[in-house]
Amino acid sequence: MGIILILAPISVALGLAGLAAFWWTLRNGQYDDPAGDAARILMEDSDNRIS
Amino acid sequence: MALTYDLARAPDLSAFLRKEKDGTAHLELLVKGARCAACMSKIETAVAGLPDVTTARLNLTEGRLAVRFASSRGDASRVIATLDRLGYPATPFDPAKAAEAHDQESRRLILALAVAGFGAGNAMMFSVPVWAGLFGQELGPATRSIMLWLSAIVATPCAIYAGLPFFESAWRSLKAGKANMDVPISVGVILTLFISFVETFLNGRDAYFDAAVSLLFLLLIGRWLDHRLRARARSAAADLLALQAPAATVLGADGLERVKPLSEVAVGERILVRPGERIPVDGFVEDGVSELDNALLTGETAPVDVRPGDTCRAGAVNLTGQLRILAIARSEDSAVAAIARLVEAGAQTKSLYVRLADRAASIYVPVIHSVAALTFLGGLAVGLGPREALLRAAALLIITCPCALGLAVPAVQITASARLFRKGVLVKSGAALERLAEVDHVVFDKTGVLTEGRPRLIEAPAQAVALAAPLARASAHPLARALAAEAGPGLRATDVVETPGQGVEGMINGRRARLGRASFVGLDGVRGGETELWFAFEGDTRVRFRFSDQLRPDAAQTIADLRALGLTVEILSGDLEGPVARAAQTLHVDQWRSGQTPQDKAAEIDALTAQGRKVLMVGDGLNDTAALAKAHAAMAPGAALDASQNAADLVFAGDALGAVADSIRVARAARHRALENFGFSALYNLGAIPLAMLGFVNPLIAALAMSGSSLVVTLNALRMHGAGRR
Repeated sequence: MGIILILAPISVALGLAGLAAFWWTLRNGQYDDPAGDAARILMEDSDNRIS
Repeated sequence: MALTYDLARAPDLSAFLRKEKDGTAHLELLVKGARCAACMSKIETAVAGLPDVTTARLNLTEGRLAVRFASSRGDASRVIATLDRLGYPATPFDPAKAAEAHDQESRRLILALAVAGFGAGNAMMFSVPVWAGLFGQELGPATRSIMLWLSAIVATPCAIYAGLPFFESAWRSLKAGKANMDVPISVGVILTLFISFVETFLNGRDAYFDAAVSLLFLLLIGRWLDHRLRARARSAAADLLALQAPAATVLGADGLERVKPLSEVAVGERILVRPGERIPVDGFVEDGVSELDNALLTGETAPVDVRPGDTCRAGAVNLTGQLRILAIARSEDSAVAAIARLVEAGAQTKSLYVRLADRAASIYVPVIHSVAALTFLGGLAVGLGPREALLRAAALLIITCPCALGLAVPAVQITASARLFRKGVLVKSGAALERLAEVDHVVFDKTGVLTEGRPRLIEAPAQAVALAAPLARASAHPLARALAAEAGPGLRATDVVETPGQGVEGMINGRRARLGRASFVGLDGVRGGETELWFAFEGDTRVRFRFSDQLRPDAAQTIADLRALGLTVEILSGDLEGPVARAAQTLHVDQWRSGQTPQDKAAEIDALTAQGRKVLMVGDGLNDTAALAKAHAAMAPGAALDASQNAADLVFAGDALGAVADSIRVARAARHRALENFGFSALYNLGAIPLAMLGFVNPLIAALAMSGSSLVVTLNALRMHGAGRR
């Protein structure tokens, strides 16, 4: 029983961490230009990440 | 890279800069032709290297370049000139439109989807032990209670947040005195949450927290798919608007050229229209002689001559000479705008269309809700007690979730439009597909739709084409260009002088030659048609070239296909009787009318609608836009004017008219599939309702049944992938 009370909050916290990470990627515009980002990794010199 | 930059010729584009508070400026450009990583690095390096530019970032997906300037006096035209030199034509976005294009709604739906996904997953984690307890596994009431409370804590905030789009829409619809399909969804979710809380509080076992959130998760997928379909079409339309460059070159009192957004052009201003540009507002010609192509305004194929004193209407294309125009109307009051207002009126009638899912909801909502009420009252009547009776009613609402309506229809429509997209047809909304499936009568415009919309050489003396080609290559006139296209690449004439409205003169291999009207080559007696060109070397015999606007190669086949689909076909054209009659005869179309004004066309569509016909209008010109907006469904070719594309439901690219028949076939298949899904869910509900009424449904069965039915309708929707294929 005790273990549930420890593990349940941990699993919910992990889920929330994932949700927060997704929210961050969304706000950060990482889905705005999928084609461009795929091409950008092939460019040698570029380091102009999304600001 | 050394960039020579001609300061004297550069128009002032500062109206397109968005000035920020910190003194910097922002410019958004639509760049054509950038497709690969190499283009991207070339463009970004070149633009970022310009003085005053701090950053340049190309969005390859949308083809937009965002440029940030260090000062508010950023030089937009220099950026455009640089891009032009690299081979990528660019047009500035109106700052207001650029801001609009950033899609907030889509982000909100994705976030709601993510929250619902998180809520569904985590609430289910606590539900699994409860489900296990249903089958006699060891689970004490205390542990179950903890599990249910944990489930409630996770699921409730998620359900409220994820449900907001549905609650808002349901509320709007109820305020308007109607019930769309978001009403049963909202009622179901809220009632389920409420009853689950009561159950948890009373230490019962029937709590449906996970079901409420997973229902929202599934429905949000459908909502997001539907939104994406419309958003893609909207951004394509915005790009088109930007490409039409709603700007005019205004000649200031100081003699300087300034590019202004169309909406800022005032009456009495002088506007410069170069050959190939569109007349921006209604006006008088002050200076210059040219020919105007009114094809998109009236459907007439023959160009019209203009000279100082003549009026010209907004939307016409200036063909040969540079014109200076005195604006006599603002953009909103110009001829184009008058037609645009007709379009708006038409679009309103279209918005009255009730979508398939909402029509199904109008049957579904009263039936399900009265059955649920009956379950509750019946339960009370047979002595179940209010708690059990309410639980059965709630279980019934959950298990009959309208997933087929909310998820299956968007899934069918997005697969259908993806299929059409690969064929070069852009579908603007799911409702457009539904309307297209219902049409029984097709009205075609002639110029630019059934025909190619550009002249082609049909008659010429032997070898004359090669002789005249060097002169034709030097001219921008459509007939000359058609001649040059026929001859292929080659020599260009030298010392070319173009006389607007008359023809071109130049030297070919040391001999002086002329190409143009009959009178231009010295034939005064001949009444030259508008679709012919004369050519002669000085003092030599004159030869004649005749041109005609050719029918698209697959026009006849398309009309036969449409007839095979059980549709009737009609031609409404603004062109003269002769060409329309010829086209109708070649295509074996009996119903046709010529000389139609935009109002005539719209009235004809109204008359057909009044007879109960569902009309598909296929047109490209400004003279078609009102009819396009009024028709039950509308298609426009990709070469059409922006106003027409905006009024149309579907836009097809390329030269193939066959897209019309293909689209109807796919739309019908999509409708068929959607109805199949409705039938399936009706069948499923017939089975599920008695179970729920008799109290056989517990949270596990509800969760299984709901996701199971969603899965089945979605898989059925995906079969759409191969539908409509011949």
